[in-house]
Amino acid sequence: MNTILIIAGQEIRDGFRNRWIVALTMVLAGFALSLTLLGSAPGGTVGASPLLVSVVSLSSLTIFLLPLIGLMLSYDAVVGEVERGTMLLLLSYPVARWQVMAGKFLGHMAILAFATIIGYGLAAAVAGFTGGGAENETWMAFAAMTGSSIVLGGAFLAIGYLISTCVRERATAGGIAIGVWLFFVLIYDMALLGLLVGQGDALAGGAFHALLLANPADAYRLFNLGGFDNVATLSGTVGMMADVKLSAWVLGGAQLAWVIVPLGIAGVLFRKMEI
Amino acid sequence: MTMPALQFAGTGKDYDGKTVLDDVSLDVNEGTLVALVGHNGAGKTTMMKLLLGLIRPSRGTVSILGYDPAGPDGAEAKKNLGFLPETVAFQQAMTGLEVLNFYGRLKRADLNINPELLARVGLADAARRRVKTYSKGMRQRLGLAQALLGAPRVMLLDEPTTGLDPALRRDFYDSLSALKNDGVTVLLSSHALSELESRIDKVAIMNSGKLMACGTLAELRSRAHVPVRIRLRTRDGQASNIANQLNGAEISRVNGQVIEFVCAPEEKMLLVRRVSELGVAVEDIEIDLPTLDQLYSHYRDDGGPQ
Repeated sequence: MNTILIIAGQEIRDGFRNRWIVALTMVLAGFALSLTLLGSAPGGTVGASPLLVSVVSLSSLTIFLLPLIGLMLSYDAVVGEVERGTMLLLLSYPVARWQVMAGKFLGHMAILAFATIIGYGLAAAVAGFTGGGAENETWMAFAAMTGSSIVLGGAFLAIGYLISTCVRERATAGGIAIGVWLFFVLIYDMALLGLLVGQGDALAGGAFHALLLANPADAYRLFNLGGFDNVATLSGTVGMMADVKLSAWVLGGAQLAWVIVPLGIAGVLFRKMEI
Repeated sequence: MTMPALQFAGTGKDYDGKTVLDDVSLDVNEGTLVALVGHNGAGKTTMMKLLLGLIRPSRGTVSILGYDPAGPDGAEAKKNLGFLPETVAFQQAMTGLEVLNFYGRLKRADLNINPELLARVGLADAARRRVKTYSKGMRQRLGLAQALLGAPRVMLLDEPTTGLDPALRRDFYDSLSALKNDGVTVLLSSHALSELESRIDKVAIMNSGKLMACGTLAELRSRAHVPVRIRLRTRDGQASNIANQLNGAEISRVNGQVIEFVCAPEEKMLLVRRVSELGVAVEDIEIDLPTLDQLYSHYRDDGGPQ
């Protein structure tokens, strides 16, 4: 069996063993179901399908929840194992450090994907039943939302590994992770809004686009709320999307870059790390 | 001449401008059992980490089975390596058997022998219990078991007997001898000097990052010039009479029946011959060679680099 898969399997087994996976799945399913059931009450009267409503509401949920979950899974992946001493033992085995990093990423991605697909899938099933089916485009939008939610989680997993390889203490990593979450999820948008109000003219289209792509959560939001016409109509972002001329490819690419770049840097730092 | 299994060549290591290992050159040939002795902070663990490629030398080179452990082929060498860290830690939520199976898979070892391996270290009953519930001694034994996975050709053992009770220590030393018979190269660090003496081929004495001395116990003894202590038991009342005839020896204690004296190592045979010429008046003779403890404190305190 491949070394990366052995390490990924170990992470997954550990996730089941310490109830992480069960807890995550229940949290995601709980939020997703309650949003879907509550959210469909007003939606029914304007004729939007409950599934469409849940795409909008779940993507807002994702922006808060999945970065947090990603960081929680990964912030101590390196520094925690070094502190506990298990990394010392693992690296005395015939494994390359990039394989350790890749294995952990794969394992954590699997955990994240499992919890998201089960949790959101339940919500989709409920929305589908109560709404009496939905158009194909809506199902596509839901699938794209679920997939990009996993990628968003992956981006914060990668950022978490980067934090984990930069610091010497697990507690520091935890603190930085919370700071990073607050920054990208709450502060960034407020600052951007402030900038737009104050310096709207100075912020030319190019710079504004770059600033939107420089936050994985914003790239996710634009990808999902503007990517499909019916979703954009419902979420009231049609006007905004006319201004933001970023294609789904660019937004999806930015999301993927937010996975690959931090993971790559973390891999390089980990290779040089002295344990 | 084959390449040494483990080699340090002019190796030095600095941490934040502080030298923790200073110009160490040491060869460990295949199939030998070498003990690294030295107090905490002497550089033993640093040497282990260098051999594992966990840290890179600031100066000089390190090689293990001909590979640079921190280089791109470092993983090759680790296929044939078993390591027991000073404080061994495992994933708490896994059972002993799962731990062995995980590490065994990484080493492409045969997993079917793992229950037997656990039985060998006395953990057969705990195989399906979570590591969380293990005592310190049990974790140490699980650590030994994982180091034996895949029949390694080289074993690095950092303070392997910590937390083991006397019976288990004896078992451990027996298994060391068995490993040596199989041609396994063993480098171990330890504080338990007296227990090691009869098992090891060579000793490397470390102090503040420097290799103070290295060689077989006999070599170290003759080089150290630590005095030999000889004790004689004589017939009743003959002790002071005999003591007078041993002029030249530094006599430390005489009572009615016992004479104790010390001499330089090279005078030992001369004095023994003289004692035997005294005939039946001497009933017994005991010769205490310097122990590893004494050699260690000698080389640590005033032995310059070899």
